[in-house]
Amino acid sequence: MIKNYEELNALRDKAVKSMEIRLERTDITPVEGGKIHILVCGVAGCVSSGSLKVAEAIEAQIKVHNLGHDVKVIKTGCFGLCAEGPIMMICPEHVMYTKVTPEDVSEIFESHILGGKVVKRLLAGEKEYEEIEDRLPQIPFYKMQKRIALCNCGIIDPENIDEYIALDGYQALAKVLNEMEPDEVIDVVKASGLRGRGGGGFPTGRKWESSAVVKEHTKYVICNADEGDPGAFMDRSILEGDPHSVIEAMIINGYAVGSNQGYIYVRAEYPVAVQRLRIAIKQAEDYGLLGKNILGKGFDFNLEVRLGAGAFVCGEGSALMTSIEGKRGEPRPKPPRSAEKGLWKKPTVLNNVETYANIPQIIRNGAEWFASIGTEKSKGTKVFALGGKINNIGLVEVPMGTTLREIIYDIGGGIPDGGTFKAAQTGGPSGGCIPAEHLDTPIDYDSLTKLGSMMGSGGLIVMDEHTCMVDLARFFLDFTVDESCGKCPPCRIGTKRMHEILVRITEGKGTLEDLDKLEILARNIKASALCGLGQSAPNPVLSTLKYFRDEYVAHVVDKKCPAGVCVSMVKYIIDTDSCKRCGICKKGCPAECISGDKNTPFSINQDKCVKCGLCMEKCPFKAILKNA
Amino acid sequence: MNKVNITIDGIKLYVPENYTILQAAKEVNINIPTLCFLKDVNEIGCCRMCVVEVKGSKALQAACVHPVKEGMEVLTHTPKVVEARKVNLELILSNHNASCQTCSRSWMDCELQSLANKLSVKAIRFEGDKKKLPMDEGVSIVRDPNKCILCRRCVSACKNIQSVSVIDTMNRGFDTVVGSAFGRKLDETPCSNCGQCINVCPVAALHEKDDSDRVLAAINDPEMHVVVQTAPAVRAALGEEFFMPIGTPVTGKMVTALRMLGFDKVFDTDTGADLTIMEETTELIDRVRGGGKLPLITSCSPGWIKFCEHNFPDLLDNLSSCKSPHQMFGAVLKSYYAEQQGIDPDKIFTVSIMPCTAKKFESKRPEMQVDGRPDVDVVLTTRELGKMIYDMGIDFPSLGDSDFDNPFGEASGAGVIFGTTGGVMEAALRTAADLLSGTSADNFEYEEVRGLEGIKIANIEIGNVKLRAAVAHGLGNARKLMEAIRAGEEFHFVEIMACPGGCINGGGQPLQPADQRNWIDLKAERAKALYSEDRKMFIRKSHNNPAVKKLYKEYLGMAGGKQAHKLLHTHYAPRQNYDK
Repeated sequence: MIKNYEELNALRDKAVKSMEIRLERTDITPVEGGKIHILVCGVAGCVSSGSLKVAEAIEAQIKVHNLGHDVKVIKTGCFGLCAEGPIMMICPEHVMYTKVTPEDVSEIFESHILGGKVVKRLLAGEKEYEEIEDRLPQIPFYKMQKRIALCNCGIIDPENIDEYIALDGYQALAKVLNEMEPDEVIDVVKASGLRGRGGGGFPTGRKWESSAVVKEHTKYVICNADEGDPGAFMDRSILEGDPHSVIEAMIINGYAVGSNQGYIYVRAEYPVAVQRLRIAIKQAEDYGLLGKNILGKGFDFNLEVRLGAGAFVCGEGSALMTSIEGKRGEPRPKPPRSAEKGLWKKPTVLNNVETYANIPQIIRNGAEWFASIGTEKSKGTKVFALGGKINNIGLVEVPMGTTLREIIYDIGGGIPDGGTFKAAQTGGPSGGCIPAEHLDTPIDYDSLTKLGSMMGSGGLIVMDEHTCMVDLARFFLDFTVDESCGKCPPCRIGTKRMHEILVRITEGKGTLEDLDKLEILARNIKASALCGLGQSAPNPVLSTLKYFRDEYVAHVVDKKCPAGVCVSMVKYIIDTDSCKRCGICKKGCPAECISGDKNTPFSINQDKCVKCGLCMEKCPFKAILKNA
Repeated sequence: MNKVNITIDGIKLYVPENYTILQAAKEVNINIPTLCFLKDVNEIGCCRMCVVEVKGSKALQAACVHPVKEGMEVLTHTPKVVEARKVNLELILSNHNASCQTCSRSWMDCELQSLANKLSVKAIRFEGDKKKLPMDEGVSIVRDPNKCILCRRCVSACKNIQSVSVIDTMNRGFDTVVGSAFGRKLDETPCSNCGQCINVCPVAALHEKDDSDRVLAAINDPEMHVVVQTAPAVRAALGEEFFMPIGTPVTGKMVTALRMLGFDKVFDTDTGADLTIMEETTELIDRVRGGGKLPLITSCSPGWIKFCEHNFPDLLDNLSSCKSPHQMFGAVLKSYYAEQQGIDPDKIFTVSIMPCTAKKFESKRPEMQVDGRPDVDVVLTTRELGKMIYDMGIDFPSLGDSDFDNPFGEASGAGVIFGTTGGVMEAALRTAADLLSGTSADNFEYEEVRGLEGIKIANIEIGNVKLRAAVAHGLGNARKLMEAIRAGEEFHFVEIMACPGGCINGGGQPLQPADQRNWIDLKAERAKALYSEDRKMFIRKSHNNPAVKKLYKEYLGMAGGKQAHKLLHTHYAPRQNYDK
């Protein structure tokens, strides 16, 4: 139990000692004479590629070499380079190994831990770096990043509150409770320029203020951890890697607005995050950082985890609150705003995970520090989940104003297999695509909206020339049709009709009139749907229509899919000039639709062809052409 | 109430701050179309028909729920707004089983059709998949999910007003349907059959089980002596089926029309109501004097009875054992009347015209038989009668008046007011006062039990007897009152009606579209018709009804006696919720 500020400081000073190995940086030396921490990523991405087995193998090696006193394994949060997982880092020298298998571990021990020699083949990123440059900040992936929300991820053990405290955890809370009035807290958050990281980008300080001014005894603060965009995992990584930062921020939020009860609404599909949150809440309660009379300052705050049942719409504020109330998760019209009548009709503040993760540092380092990062209207950093056709699939955090080109080429390592960048989708199914001509736009809330997309929660999916933009729009509509709650007709029926039209177009049955219909539907769903999910659902169609209308026209007029994705419009033909009549294609065709023999030219029966492409793959003479 | 300045379509207004944009627009004669909105029942802004532009808001806002605010500027009919409404309506129509030619709601009261007309929808541009789901045909209520447009008024009525909660939205997105738990049919749920869902449905997704064919067949059978009785609330609303003003009493025209339809005898259920008062008041006095179970709770409303059997099985002994008036009267028709007229009771076919869908279920309860004969053969709603009158080419508004048939003739005013909340209580008090005092009171209008307050409580002194009485209407209010009783609150006599407002607003009454119901209170208007009829009656107390007196003297004996019990009383049993 930590009774006051002094005891917190004492605990920090004690705890930080055992963390020093991870904070300093030294040359690589054999283990003898020093202690070593081996950090292994324990977050969902690396766990699914086998990091827990790696950790077990390390424990086994520690036993084999009898290094129990010197070498310690810590399961940390996300390092970001998820595509290269499982990832581990050896401290104090900060050497990062990627794609580590349990079988690699004995070599790491023999060579690195015992021998002081780096295992070059397992180094992160480009393998030709000299040893001293193989450190974390030198890898291009990290060089341009700035970690605020993710600052503890990959460093601390998220299941150990002492490690969080060692790195100044709960100092912001102590400062707030000891030195600041609630309205001063709100002033700092306002001055920092922090905007909501969940999608809308509403100024966080103003949000807090509008709840703080309502005179009611019971108020709530809620953390929205119902991250549902396909391919987005920013919030999950924060919760799995640094849950206390969110808890600390929520207590501060409660103090600032006059609330004693918080809820974290997490999707049940995030079992690791849920478990770590529960552990963290229990630890904070045991230390008296949650509960009654926190740090002896008379402020009470309780926190509960509520699980979502997998509905995307429950990420929408009012639907989320309805769901917490135990009802069908559906949005309601606003006003009244949640700040006045939210959960159980009481004033409620709802912030996203990443937004909260910024709060402790804003309090500790000051509003000016935070406001010095980013662009004029979008301050601080943004975490993006890079996905799609990009080399460094993973999690990155960059200052607002970084260009798309920098994120994709410098940090993301460009397009694999020498592909060409075609577009990037930001904001998931609610966002839009950004074509190559806007690669140099500095990314912030307003520039993305201007381009017809949105920041969203931070999903960033990269597409190359093999992506059909009509098919992409169909894919996202598929998602929204599935996830519409069904309350209002524009979303319930409108997105379904848009999806039907897109399916028609990708099947080669579309007409030019269908394009008009798509636009009419999109315009009106955007204008009149009940909630943000519905209003933003047409964005993928509108933005692809805006930037790639030619592709739509090619589908409906020429009945061709330029990217060669839409199966029903793909046509395989045999170029009789290059065909040597070997018959390999005929033998391999599963649909038995190729005819011909030594004397008759080979041809494909288009009515029977299932467009699997096997013939083209098998032909030794490249005589089979696609879409010629 | 504070007021605020707003501008609607350039017109400056000064309106109370609790107004919605819809209400404010009405003040300056601007009609904003609505579909899901039904005042006091469903205020969820989901259909997006009433969207308007509010300066400063990016998206369009639902006028039906959006509150006004100082300085607000609203545009109600811009091209953007008009297009959005039209597109949304086309979308709704594209997933609606628009079999308009054969639809029961088609020409008269389909709110969807009338909206399509008002918004000048000329074609449905966005055709696509349509839902194809099975019908749910119950004893009282029929649900057609393919006509349902998911406005959710029925859900709100069932859940928020009636607290029955047997229907709700299920699945999501395009697959959303209104249904019952585990996909059950309504008859397999604790549905009370009150029919309030039908009353609020803007289309024909909900309607009563149509039994008019069985009645026509009986009328056309020369062997059958077909007798009809009409409940008090029917006369207060039947005119609405023929576009007569709401609240026009049409007793005389109704009797004429029933005779023209070919019924052999036309009787008034009010006679049954007077019988009920005789029996129930006797039961009340017995229980008060004899230390029986109190409070005594009325049993005229079959929706309430089934609700009680499901939700308050521990309080069933408090229910009066009296059958509802039309069932009592049906039993009398097949016994006393048959004997008196010398007609084989098996050749008597009894039809009840009721404002009620729950009475269809009630008439089929095995308890509602005497000697194996059902008291009532068929129950028709006010709406079904209206349709029959249309079908037979009768120009209802032009009809002259006729009187009910003898031997029962005109009943009492007490029987008439049964049709509105507080009416049974007042009728019972009129009789109790005279029976207890042994005199005839001149002051017998009990204002304290009238009106539309959800739960009314009155302390009444009759001589040296002090009665604490409560009246609840609408099952949501009934639940509150019953929970108070369960918790120990003491009353002597309690009247409960399943439907809000009582029978005048029953689930079988003429439908009024939301754009009527949003601006006038149907219940109050129809209740006025009944109270005015009562005032016009010569006899206004049940025990003074000469036909009833004669009935007891010649056939039943004592009120509460053996013969009366055989014919006029029943019993109840607990019902499981969602049993296997």
